[in-house]
Amino acid sequence: MTQDPGQVAPVVEARGLVKTYGKIEAVRGIDLSVRPGEVFGFLGPNGAGKSTTISILCTLVRPTGGQALVAGIDVTRDPGAVRGRIGLVFQDPSLDDQLTARENLEFHAFLYDVPRSERRARIDGVLEMVELTERARSQVRTFSGGMKRRLEIARGILHYPQVLFLDEPTLGLDPQTRNRIWAYLHELRRREGITLFMTTHYMDEAEFCDRIAIIDHGQIIALGTPDELKAMVGGDVITVATRQVAAAAEEIRRGFELEPAIDRDTVRVEVPDGAGFVPRLMRELTVPVSAVTLSRPSLDDVFLKLTGKAIRDEGAGEMDQMRMMMSRWSRAGGRR
Amino acid sequence: MTVESVHAGPVRRQQAVDIRTATVRAVYMIWRRDLVRFWRDRTRVVGALVQPLLFLVILGTGLSSALRGAGGAGGGFRAGLDYTTFIYPGIIGMAVLFSSIFSGMSIIWDREFGFLKEVLVAPIDRSAVAVGKTLGGATQACLQGLVLLVLAPFVGVKLTPLAVLALIGLIFCLSFALAGVGVAIAARMRSMMGFQFVLNFLVQPAFFLSGALFPIVGLPAWMTALTRVDPLSYGVDPIRRVVLGASGVSPAELDKLSMSLGGQVVPIGLEVAILLAFGLALMAVAVINFRRQD
Repeated sequence: MTQDPGQVAPVVEARGLVKTYGKIEAVRGIDLSVRPGEVFGFLGPNGAGKSTTISILCTLVRPTGGQALVAGIDVTRDPGAVRGRIGLVFQDPSLDDQLTARENLEFHAFLYDVPRSERRARIDGVLEMVELTERARSQVRTFSGGMKRRLEIARGILHYPQVLFLDEPTLGLDPQTRNRIWAYLHELRRREGITLFMTTHYMDEAEFCDRIAIIDHGQIIALGTPDELKAMVGGDVITVATRQVAAAAEEIRRGFELEPAIDRDTVRVEVPDGAGFVPRLMRELTVPVSAVTLSRPSLDDVFLKLTGKAIRDEGAGEMDQMRMMMSRWSRAGGRR
Repeated sequence: MTVESVHAGPVRRQQAVDIRTATVRAVYMIWRRDLVRFWRDRTRVVGALVQPLLFLVILGTGLSSALRGAGGAGGGFRAGLDYTTFIYPGIIGMAVLFSSIFSGMSIIWDREFGFLKEVLVAPIDRSAVAVGKTLGGATQACLQGLVLLVLAPFVGVKLTPLAVLALIGLIFCLSFALAGVGVAIAARMRSMMGFQFVLNFLVQPAFFLSGALFPIVGLPAWMTALTRVDPLSYGVDPIRRVVLGASGVSPAELDKLSMSLGGQVVPIGLEVAILLAFGLALMAVAVINFRRQD
């Protein structure tokens, strides 16, 4: 696991964060620390506590226990100051569809005190970044889901936040649109040096993050770079296709002290660092090889290994109950 | 990721947002947004006029004829007092009432469609939502009432320039009071269904008890009591005094039709004060409710 190096003050920090709703423990002691400029992913099935944690960090929900600092400010002590320094992209859209794209951004710029002299240029800039300049004067109700999400991202960064929180930013979008959203997010980090903190339950998206925390049942069960997490599974799988399987297997056994498995006309071997291993393998092998394939374990495999269940087919019953409880709680007028 | 690359972005504002000035700006923005939407949604503006006009034209004409047929001796309707002119102030009150309540409903709408969240997470005091929405609702309701004012000559109501000025002021006070009701109720409400309930159990009784359709004098005691706690009564009554005064009803006649408390006719100034106090009190309730929620 990667530890914080200590020289750079973390921009998001949580210590022993707990949130309970009645008897339900949504978050059960979360510790994490995010460095400036990092893309930090929060990965887990629905109901694992991702949204609750992000809501605490954004000052929308008060923690039952523990402490959270964002941009060095305690979220419970000075929520207003935290709010001014963060941007938010919600799971559900929060645009006014009767206003135009530009009007939505103007509203936001005004709320967040973007200086008058910069307002126009800044709005033009973020619109251009998400390629909505042409549609700036259209009412948002005419936008597709992907366009709305792009506009929300543009709005989220309008006031130069230090951290942009994104709760399932690509939920419900088609794969092509999801890829575009990711392209914008990476461009955003490059241009603005902003820290991105996001939740997702798409495994393939988590790969875009610098570091990932895997969360299940309100606790972080693994934290590290995607590669580190995948290394937990045991490494990459190298498959060598050759006519002389027995000879190839023998060479690998002697040359690398590994235990290859022969499967018809291929030899399979598991190594920690597949990409580094293949060139060495090619140098050492004397038998003719027709093909080499390297397959990496996915984060799905990691989640499976850690929890014994795949992320997508988690039992719905328990989560749905939780969601119902939460919505009942909020209807009853949950107070801070 | 090193520190250098973090600062490689554009110049970043380091100073914190000043919550107090941001809140004032937020009030202005919320108010302005309401007006932009009001202007953009012109079908709603026209649609909201249909019901008051139906009451005014059909009920007014129908009951004018019926009351004349009954010999003109019924209640306060003496010769020279046309029923359409009588209910005209009540219909203004009705338009203002419905418009105000609708703007309260728009808070629930915003909550349902997420926009409210954008405001609630901003670095502002949440009282801005209550104040901005009350002022926005009041302005919309006021505009709706003013449209009816423009229609006065077409329904045979005669007004003087001075009366028009007085009416604009009165309509604004009433709009403010009723917008406060709408926002205060919507602040704690989560569903549209609940609002329907409010509409049936508060808005309609408020309309019928306000004296919009009949004078609130000489009624049974229980009903008199209800009319006196209905904020709309304190708006319809002064508007009616101005309208009837402008159409030549004598002050003595007027006093017989007017709102009285403990046998004394309530002065218009006091009614205005009651409306404003009522609006402020409910806005305060809304402020407390918005500040409290998660």
